[in-house]
Amino acid sequence: MAASRVCLVGTLLGKSINCASTTNPFTLQLCRQICGTPALHRKNLASLGPEKFTAEFIQKQIEEFEIGKRHLANMMGEDPENFTQEDIDRSIAYLFPSGLFEKKARPLMKHPDEIFPKQKAVQWGPDRRPFHFLFYTGKQSYYSFMHELYGKVLNIEKHQDRLRAKGLFSAEPKQISLGASRWLTKEELEASLVETISTQDYQRFIQLMERMLSMPYCSLEEEFILRHRQQLEAQSMHQVVPPLQKDDRGVDFSAAEGRRKTSKSSVVVRDCGSGCITVNGKDYLHYFPVLQDREQLMFPLQFAGMLGRFDLECTVSGGGRSSQAGALRLAISRALLSFVTEREGEAMRQAGLLTPDPRVRERKKPGQEGARRKFTWKKR
Amino acid sequence: MENIWGSVKSSVPVTGRIRMLETVRPRLSSSSFANRVLKQSDSFSSSAPFLTMVQCLPSSRLMEPYLYASSLDHDVIDLDKTAEHLRLALNVTAQTAYRSGIILFVSRRRQFCHLVETTAKDCGEYAHTRYWQGGLLTNAHIQYGPGVRLPDLIVFLSTLNNVFQQHVAIRDAVKMNIPTIGVVDSNCNPSLITYPVPGNDDTPVAMELYCRLFKMAINRAKDKRRQMELLYGLSEPSSASS
Repeated sequence: MAASRVCLVGTLLGKSINCASTTNPFTLQLCRQICGTPALHRKNLASLGPEKFTAEFIQKQIEEFEIGKRHLANMMGEDPENFTQEDIDRSIAYLFPSGLFEKKARPLMKHPDEIFPKQKAVQWGPDRRPFHFLFYTGKQSYYSFMHELYGKVLNIEKHQDRLRAKGLFSAEPKQISLGASRWLTKEELEASLVETISTQDYQRFIQLMERMLSMPYCSLEEEFILRHRQQLEAQSMHQVVPPLQKDDRGVDFSAAEGRRKTSKSSVVVRDCGSGCITVNGKDYLHYFPVLQDREQLMFPLQFAGMLGRFDLECTVSGGGRSSQAGALRLAISRALLSFVTEREGEAMRQAGLLTPDPRVRERKKPGQEGARRKFTWKKR
Repeated sequence: MENIWGSVKSSVPVTGRIRMLETVRPRLSSSSFANRVLKQSDSFSSSAPFLTMVQCLPSSRLMEPYLYASSLDHDVIDLDKTAEHLRLALNVTAQTAYRSGIILFVSRRRQFCHLVETTAKDCGEYAHTRYWQGGLLTNAHIQYGPGVRLPDLIVFLSTLNNVFQQHVAIRDAVKMNIPTIGVVDSNCNPSLITYPVPGNDDTPVAMELYCRLFKMAINRAKDKRRQMELLYGLSEPSSASS
């Protein structure tokens, strides 16, 4: 106990001496000699944080990766110059076949930049002067970015003042076309700055950007603003519309497939005008005696308002009564997309007709009676 | 304190644009140094412009030695003393810059944040005008990484933070044995600052003046250093004070 106390005092002394920037190696050595117990030499590994890799280490890894890539190409008998990452993955999967279920646990050969996490390089030069002028704030990238942003705001204001002085200030200058875009999220901003920010910092960033947008002459910094906006992808039709084909009698038809639980179905929708439906060669009234299943079949046609128009030729296999009906419904909706306008297709998507039902039977777990049901708990 | 490259007195660049004020309004009054202020001892004649302070909070009793006069609302700082202190401060800055020391500009005034950061960038020194995290000086080895070098001089262009309390960095600098220069207004406490410079920290004109002065001092010192290095190879900074 006394020894540990002495050791602590020694390290405290050492730290305080370091802080006063007069590193006295003799004093530090003296501190080390005092505590001789091996147990006290054990480092607290958790407090060191995530492992840090030096720039030289990563450079060496990159060189080894390049050489290894060429060896691999030679082994597989392929051209070392044009050996892409996909070829590498293929070769590794061939040479080291692994039956492991978890894909991340399988043998892997990727560029070191993708494996080792991005880290900040050493921030100061050989004379120990930091490179960045905002180094002592702690969040240099974020604050320098805010400084730059504010500088741009001031620039725009100065430009506006100059125009006003000359009398050339127009009420409707060129506006920036933002389109359907949003500001970068906090995570995206952190990734671009390689630094963690707090929520308040992120809010300040948004406030300043909004202020810049509110100024009439913000089109001066259009490119800078658009760099920090993310285009929103249209949420709607990602559906692949099945092509409309013509059969030998001149009748339009389209085919589609659908799945639900373990059932698979394929449907050919013909634009005859009759409205007769066959499932696996049988009439649908015989195949689906239950009203509910027939309703499931009819619903896409009823929604589109084309009940009696089409002729359905369906094949379905696997599963039970209800899941076959669901699979057929999905297939019919997909086939109908080619007969229906885009707006109606979007309405169908929003109604949920085009979404495959992801519910599958959950497996039974050991130690339990079913997937969720546990064995009866007995107090004694 | 000796200066190394000639007399600082004449080289203190106080470009005076004398602005006469029509009305003395609190917080909007501004002026810059006049050249003759420094050279004469009794510069405080009635026609000379003067710096007035706003007493938004009770003025600090510790600032009384630096004040020329004080009425109910306004404290008037004695410019002779300011000039002397500013001369000393600029000398120290230049000395530190000559010996390639790290100078950190600190100010927590939002209006001048951009100005101070630009000044620091132009000199090649460092600035901190943002929220001060607790252990930046005292916990430096953990916050930045082992082997970091702390600033050798801290220049406060405003010693108060946003809540009108003394900036934490003053106390931290004293703990870490770092000399400080601070522009102390009439509601500040100059006791912990090594080289206090009594003066106005509210008006943009005053802040621009200070930034310009410090920037010029640092740039001149660095130029001198480069000159000496070219002439004598590696110059020894200790022999320069002669």
